[in-house]
Amino acid sequence: MGSEFHIVVCGSIVPDPLQTLAPQDGPAGPSLKNEMMLPAVLDPWAGHALFEAANLAAKNPGSQVWLVSLGPKAKLQQVMMSVAQKVPFQLVVADGSASGFTDAFETAKVLAGTIDGIAGLDKSKLLLFGGWQSASRGSGAVIQMVGEMLGVTEQFQGVDKLTVTGDGAIEVLERVEGGAYQKSVVDGAPAAFGWATGELPEPPNNPQVGMQNMQKNMPALMQAKPADLSGTSLKFAKVELPQQRRETRIVKDMPVDEMAREIVEWIKG
Amino acid sequence: MTVLYLAHTECDNTLHKSALETLTAAKALAEGLGTDLAVGLIGADTSAAAETIGGCGAKFYAVSGADFADGRYSSDLAAAEAIAKACSPEIVIAPATSRFSRALPGLAVRLDGRVDTHLSGIAAEDGKPVAKRWFYRQRMEGTLTREERPWILTLDSGCAEPYAGSGAADVQAVSVDVSSVRTKVAGMECSSEDAQTIRPDAALLCVAGAGWTKKQADGATHVDVAEKTIMDFLTATKASLGSSKSLVDISGEGGAVISFLTHMHQVGQTGSTPRHAKGLSTCCHGEEPHVVGWRFIKERRAINLDAGCGWAQGKCDVLYVGDAFAIMKKVNELLG
Repeated sequence: MGSEFHIVVCGSIVPDPLQTLAPQDGPAGPSLKNEMMLPAVLDPWAGHALFEAANLAAKNPGSQVWLVSLGPKAKLQQVMMSVAQKVPFQLVVADGSASGFTDAFETAKVLAGTIDGIAGLDKSKLLLFGGWQSASRGSGAVIQMVGEMLGVTEQFQGVDKLTVTGDGAIEVLERVEGGAYQKSVVDGAPAAFGWATGELPEPPNNPQVGMQNMQKNMPALMQAKPADLSGTSLKFAKVELPQQRRETRIVKDMPVDEMAREIVEWIKG
Repeated sequence: MTVLYLAHTECDNTLHKSALETLTAAKALAEGLGTDLAVGLIGADTSAAAETIGGCGAKFYAVSGADFADGRYSSDLAAAEAIAKACSPEIVIAPATSRFSRALPGLAVRLDGRVDTHLSGIAAEDGKPVAKRWFYRQRMEGTLTREERPWILTLDSGCAEPYAGSGAADVQAVSVDVSSVRTKVAGMECSSEDAQTIRPDAALLCVAGAGWTKKQADGATHVDVAEKTIMDFLTATKASLGSSKSLVDISGEGGAVISFLTHMHQVGQTGSTPRHAKGLSTCCHGEEPHVVGWRFIKERRAINLDAGCGWAQGKCDVLYVGDAFAIMKKVNELLG
């Protein structure tokens, strides 16, 4: 027997991981060089959370999925053209910086306020999803704070598996040190989950899902309210790229036996 | 003003090495700021852990009992909140273990403070705490300050020497009611010691790249040979195993793959950034994402067919240009 969930996924955009990034100083603090020109993707961890949310909603009829995103709406619109083809969701946008240098607390405050404003959201059915980490700030702190601000105090991080049992309880596998999982059980919603990779592959594009999503999501992008992220004293003295460059010794035309012997000596040394 | 150091005990009631490292950093910060150090311990039985670090000169607080044996967000956060309210710190610093990384960000909301996590360093400069951490997945390091207090910080492992200074500790017990917590910990799922290939404390990290599953010179794939070669190497060296994203993704899509690899093995831009002393990359290729995964590996060597590999040039110490199947087979023979 399924349960009915209101699943809110928090996820923003990040520069494509294959891009070379460089920091620069600006009047509002550090930013990425050519930030608005860099191709963006949905943050990989948020993507896992979104796909798991859609899968859970499909298994539990009556459930709904919202994707709540803080980011510049022009870039969000570009990214959503592809993300919206993956799984059904309702987009809710706060128009502001998706920079990795944005304060985690201020980000959480904006997200919590945005979620609070979702019409029809039943917090007793709320499952708050998001990435365990991100490819930008990587603090692993925002979901916990959003949860606290919304009064969701049963929380899990590094989640790879979520199973709803027959009595409506939720079994969770969370990553802990050493490649192990901690197994926990919570008696149901509300709860918050910071996803690791989950267990689902990326869904293939489905243009029909994309059409349905974008009919709802384009107005959401148009109506996005500017986010106020100014309430922090966070200051960066500097942001720099590591300058370390190694003198790589290229070993070729050496017999396999000698290469192997050198590697073994190095391992044992 | 007080610097509060928080730690949780392990299942054997000891403190993890990363907790001892963080105490060194917390003690140095308190001394640098000219302020008091307080210690807060959370666990099933914290008495032995307190004595392990009793020589640090701090005032000790502890939340103990069966409810705090396992890591749960609600109970760990309630314990941290109670200890913090008992000593009103301006700085709270704790190790970035999975347990505290889960729970402590919520403390910033409970105490109306702010949190910065995964620090790579913390120091007192001109009477103020200054933190360092990485952004964009270990691609650039920032130095930051803030005025909000309390400032809650977690420190990554490997950033300080472990504290050593046992002694008697006069511990003030703090009580916490967690009867309303709805989460129950049902145990751990661990591989057996022989089957486990993620070993954070190993001296060596072996990273397997997608080349292990590609067609070889005879036009066929030899995944079974790759599996045996890698596993023989891990068995002989007790190294930890990491994987490139491309190789792990193949496993998620049900292709013919190395059976013992999971997403937990993934290192790099979208995986972990391990801190082993040595790293041997095999059949890997790539640039930025791999650099991120290897940021904290001290000595790096690679086996790759491409002498011009962008990952290797300037980023590893030695690049062996050759067939990893042949080289690793011979390595295994020499390792016996």
